[in-house]
Amino acid sequence: MISNILVIVASAAIINNFVFKQLLGICPFLGVSNKVETSLGMGAAVTFVMAMASAVTWALQTYVLETYNLEYLQTIMFILVVATLVQLVEMFIKKSSPTLYKALGVFLPLITTNCAVLGVALLNVRSDYDIFESVFSGIGAAIGFTIALVLLAGIREKLEEFELPKAFDGLPIVLISAGIIALAFTGFQGFF
Amino acid sequence: MTEAIISLGSLGIFFGILLTIASKAFAVQVDPKEEEILEILPGANCGACGYPGCSAYATAVANGEANIDDCPVGGPKLAAEIGAIMGREVGSQEERITATVRCNGDNSSAPNRFKYEGIQTCAAADLVANGFKGCSYGCLGLGDCVKVCEFDAIHVNEKGIAVVDEEKCVSCKKCVTACPRDIIYMDPGKEYVHVLCNSYDKGPVVRSSCSVGCIACKICEKNCPTDAIKVVDNLAVIDYDKCINCGLCAKKCPMNTIIMA
Repeated sequence: MISNILVIVASAAIINNFVFKQLLGICPFLGVSNKVETSLGMGAAVTFVMAMASAVTWALQTYVLETYNLEYLQTIMFILVVATLVQLVEMFIKKSSPTLYKALGVFLPLITTNCAVLGVALLNVRSDYDIFESVFSGIGAAIGFTIALVLLAGIREKLEEFELPKAFDGLPIVLISAGIIALAFTGFQGFF
Repeated sequence: MTEAIISLGSLGIFFGILLTIASKAFAVQVDPKEEEILEILPGANCGACGYPGCSAYATAVANGEANIDDCPVGGPKLAAEIGAIMGREVGSQEERITATVRCNGDNSSAPNRFKYEGIQTCAAADLVANGFKGCSYGCLGLGDCVKVCEFDAIHVNEKGIAVVDEEKCVSCKKCVTACPRDIIYMDPGKEYVHVLCNSYDKGPVVRSSCSVGCIACKICEKNCPTDAIKVVDNLAVIDYDKCINCGLCAKKCPMNTIIMA
């Protein structure tokens, strides 16, 4: 049981990393990876949303959608869940840390349309996970997302100190760095 | 079908209630002054105050970071109202500064060199062989400034020159940035004298392309009692700090470039 969950977490976080391997959630990945601190805050917000979304969507899928043969409502219902959770997180962060709220800016409400969150819910259903496996797969995916953000943010912080050729300055070098990290992540292929 | 409606509907209602409760629980204390100020601001979100929008400006004023008279749209009246909320006095009001198009070379006085049929914006026309206008500094009249103005304060008149309606101008400077030829300046209002020319060409060149352009004859400079007008780089420029608005330069100008209302 425990080893099974470990495999799910490691697989979602590292081997099938959402950003580098499945190319989900690229928008906040490039948008909030300016500073390590903000990317950690974003990672925490996404972790909460993903874990909660995994649990709620699992319950919905099992007790509502499959019971009444309403699978065609899956996408809209899951998005409703994600949007509600993001609203909750937004209110919470606005109350508890206005600085972080300001730093995350528009990317906080944009978690709603972050395909990684919907992606993890849909992948859980496709993989036939039970409730624990779903939640841990959500947490794993969020850890993977946070790892990706923090790695890129660390590189971007260092890059700011260097004088780059004009053609590479700004977004181009960020995309190149992201590509190289993604290449490195293919090294985890076939671990389990 | 019924199950779909009931399940999705009840889910929506449930989440709605949940969010309502959460919004009460996580309500953030907003400075009441901030809300009051936001209420009376024009709400144009033009950014002329230097903040991203009216709500950002309201926050800054409530925190004491911004001046109460930074909103050019509301003008002195609004500043007084904000001052009443904040309990602060309005400082001395400066002269009202509005946008002025420093070109008077319309169709009749500054003819075109060729017929332009490309993209109908000043920015595009300016790129084609230095513009279709005889004068390479003059107003092209295709209305890039008109498009950016949110207050309907600048128009291209029937003679092909952009003119600012000073009553409506709120000094947001959007037209100044939009003009590809940089001929719109922030100047004191119409009651002052204006040099309506922006050509740095030498006299004969200006004379050949425009009948109302500054030919840098320096007659205005010689006649000015306060040394407020100077010819720099073949163009007369007024220093409004020194100008006493006597109108002598406008009277003496042989090209009628200097205008006094």
